[in-house]
Amino acid sequence: MAEQISESRYKRRRRRNATATILALAATMVGLGWLVLILGALLWQGFSGLSVAVFTEMTPPPGAAGGLLNPIVGSLMLTVLAVAIGTPIGILAGTYMAEYGRHDVLTSVVRFINDILLSAPSIVVGLFIYEVMVAPMGHFSGLAGGVALAVLVIPVVVRTTEDMLTLVPNALREAATSIGLPRSLTITRICYRAARAGMLTGVLLAVARISGETAPLLFTSLNNQFWSTNLNAPIASLPVVIFQFALSPYKDWQSLAWTGALIITMAVLALSISARALVATGKQS
Amino acid sequence: MDPSGRRSVTDFAIQGRGVIVAAAGSRAKVLDRLRLGDAAFRQLTRAAAVGVLILLSAVIISLAKGSIPALQTFGFGFLFSERWNPVTENFGALPAIYGTVITSFIAMLIAVPIGLMIAFFLTELCPQWLRRPIGTAIELLAGIPSIIYGIWGLFVFAPFLQQTLQPFLINTLGNVPGIGSAFAGPPYGIGMLTAGLILAIMVLPFITSISRDVFEAVPAVLKEAAYGIGCTKWEVTRNVVLPYTRVGVIGGIMLGLGRALGETMAVTFIIGNAHRISASILAPGTTISATIANEFTEAVGDLYTSALIALGLILFVITFIVLAIARYLLLRIERRIG
Repeated sequence: MAEQISESRYKRRRRRNATATILALAATMVGLGWLVLILGALLWQGFSGLSVAVFTEMTPPPGAAGGLLNPIVGSLMLTVLAVAIGTPIGILAGTYMAEYGRHDVLTSVVRFINDILLSAPSIVVGLFIYEVMVAPMGHFSGLAGGVALAVLVIPVVVRTTEDMLTLVPNALREAATSIGLPRSLTITRICYRAARAGMLTGVLLAVARISGETAPLLFTSLNNQFWSTNLNAPIASLPVVIFQFALSPYKDWQSLAWTGALIITMAVLALSISARALVATGKQS
Repeated sequence: MDPSGRRSVTDFAIQGRGVIVAAAGSRAKVLDRLRLGDAAFRQLTRAAAVGVLILLSAVIISLAKGSIPALQTFGFGFLFSERWNPVTENFGALPAIYGTVITSFIAMLIAVPIGLMIAFFLTELCPQWLRRPIGTAIELLAGIPSIIYGIWGLFVFAPFLQQTLQPFLINTLGNVPGIGSAFAGPPYGIGMLTAGLILAIMVLPFITSISRDVFEAVPAVLKEAAYGIGCTKWEVTRNVVLPYTRVGVIGGIMLGLGRALGETMAVTFIIGNAHRISASILAPGTTISATIANEFTEAVGDLYTSALIALGLILFVITFIVLAIARYLLLRIERRIG
C-alpha cells in the first residue's frame, strides 16, 4: 500500500518534470521563433526594395521613385557627432570610477544613476534636449539631434569603461608607479592600452544603441526632405524617415521604409555581433 | 640627467613619450608640470563623473520647468482627468497613464513566464554547446531597434492578430460574464493587446538574460545537494534555484518593466492613439510615450506643449522609481553572490 502511494507520487513528480521540460522547450522555441519571424519579414520585405538607387538617390515625393541617400548620410553624421561628444565624457567618467574613486561614495552614486540612465526612456531625452536646445535656439537642428543621441551614448560608455578598467590587473598599475610614472600617465598609457578592446566594445555597443533610436530625434533633428549636411538646420535621419514613410498611405514610401528598416537592422546586428566577437577575443588573450 | 650623472627613472619615462627631453636644470620644472597635469586629469575625470549626475538633475529640472504651465492650470487634477482636447486646451493624463500601465502589465504577464522558462532551459536542460548560440540569439532580440518592432507590428503582426487571435478571443472569452468586457468590440488588429504583445517580445531578452545570469551564479553545491537526494531538474530549479535567486529575478523583471513603460516607437505604431479609457484590451488606446511622439511636433500653444512635457515628467518619474528598485535589488543579489 505504502509502496503504491510512493510510486504514484514518483510518477507525478516525473510527469511534472516532463511538463516543465516541454514548456521550457516551447518557451525557447517561441523566443527564437519571434526572432526568425521578425528577421524573416524584414528580409522578405526589405530585399525586394533594395537597389543601387536606395544609396544614390534622395527621398522621393509620394508616387515617385527615389532612395534613402539623404537620411543615410544624416544618420551617419548624427551618429558621428553623438559619439564624438559622448565618448570622451563617458570614458573620463568611467576612468574616475575605476581608477580614482573605486570605493568612494561619488562612484557608487554615479554608478547607480548611470545604470538608471542606461534604461531611461529615450523619448524623455528628446524632450529634455528640446527644452534646453531647440526652444532657446528657436529651430530644430541636427546639432540638437546629435546631442540628444550623445546623452544616450554616455551611460553605455561609462558602464563599459568602468567595467573594463576594473579588470586591468593592479600589478600593471603598481609596476608603472614603481618606475615613477605619474598616475595620469599610468592610466592613459598603461590602463587604457590594456583595456582598449573592451572600451572599443563599449563604443560599438553605444553606436548600435543609437543608430536605431527614433524617439529622441523626432523633435530635435526633425526631418528634412532634401539634401542637407547643415548641422544647424533640420536634418534627415533613417529612423525618422522610416517612421514617416511607414505610417504614410503610399506604397512606394512603405516599401522604402522596409528597405531602410533592413539597412538599420543589419547595421545594428553587425555592430553588436562584432562587439561580442571583440569581447570574446579579448578574453582569450 | 641629475647632477650625480645617473639618469633617473622619471626622466626615462618622459623621454619614452618623446614629449620632453629633460635637461639637467629643468627637472624640477618637469616634475611640477607633471604634478599639475596629474591633478588636472584627476579633476577632469571627476568633473565628468559629476557631469553624469548633473545630466540627470538637468533632465528632471528642465522637464519640471517645462511642465509648470500645465500643472498650474490643471493642478493635481491633471493626473486624474480623462479629457484630452487640444481645441479647448483641456488636458488630462489619465488615459495615457492607463494605457501605459495596461500594456506594460500585459507585456509582463507574457514575458515573465516565458523568460523564466527560457532561463530554466538554458541553465538546466540545454546541451552545453547550444547554450551560447541560443542565449546570444535571444539577446539579439534586445538589439533590434524599436522602430523595427513597430513596422513589423503594424504590417505583419497586427493584421495576423486581427484575423486569428482577436476573433477567437471575442468569440470565446468575450462571452464569459465578468471578464467578457475586456475582450469585447471589433477586432481592430492594432490596440492595447497588440502593443502589450510586442512589448512582451521586446522585454523578453532582458528578463531572460538576467535570470540566466543569476541562475548560473547559484553555488553548485546547493544544486548538487538537491540532485543528490533525487530531485528532478524542475524541482531543483523551482525549489532551490528560484528561491535562492528571487531578489535577482525580481530585479530583472523590474528592469524589463522599466523598459516596457518607457518604450516609444514600437507602441506608437500599433497602439491606435485614442485618448480614451476602454475596458476592452482589444480597443485602441494610447500610452504616455506614444502621445508625446505623436503630438509633440504638432502641438500648438504653450499649454499643449507644456501638457506633453508634463506627461514626459510623469513617465520619467515612474520609470525612475521602477528602475531604481530594479537596480537596488540587483545590487543586493550581486553582493550576496559576490
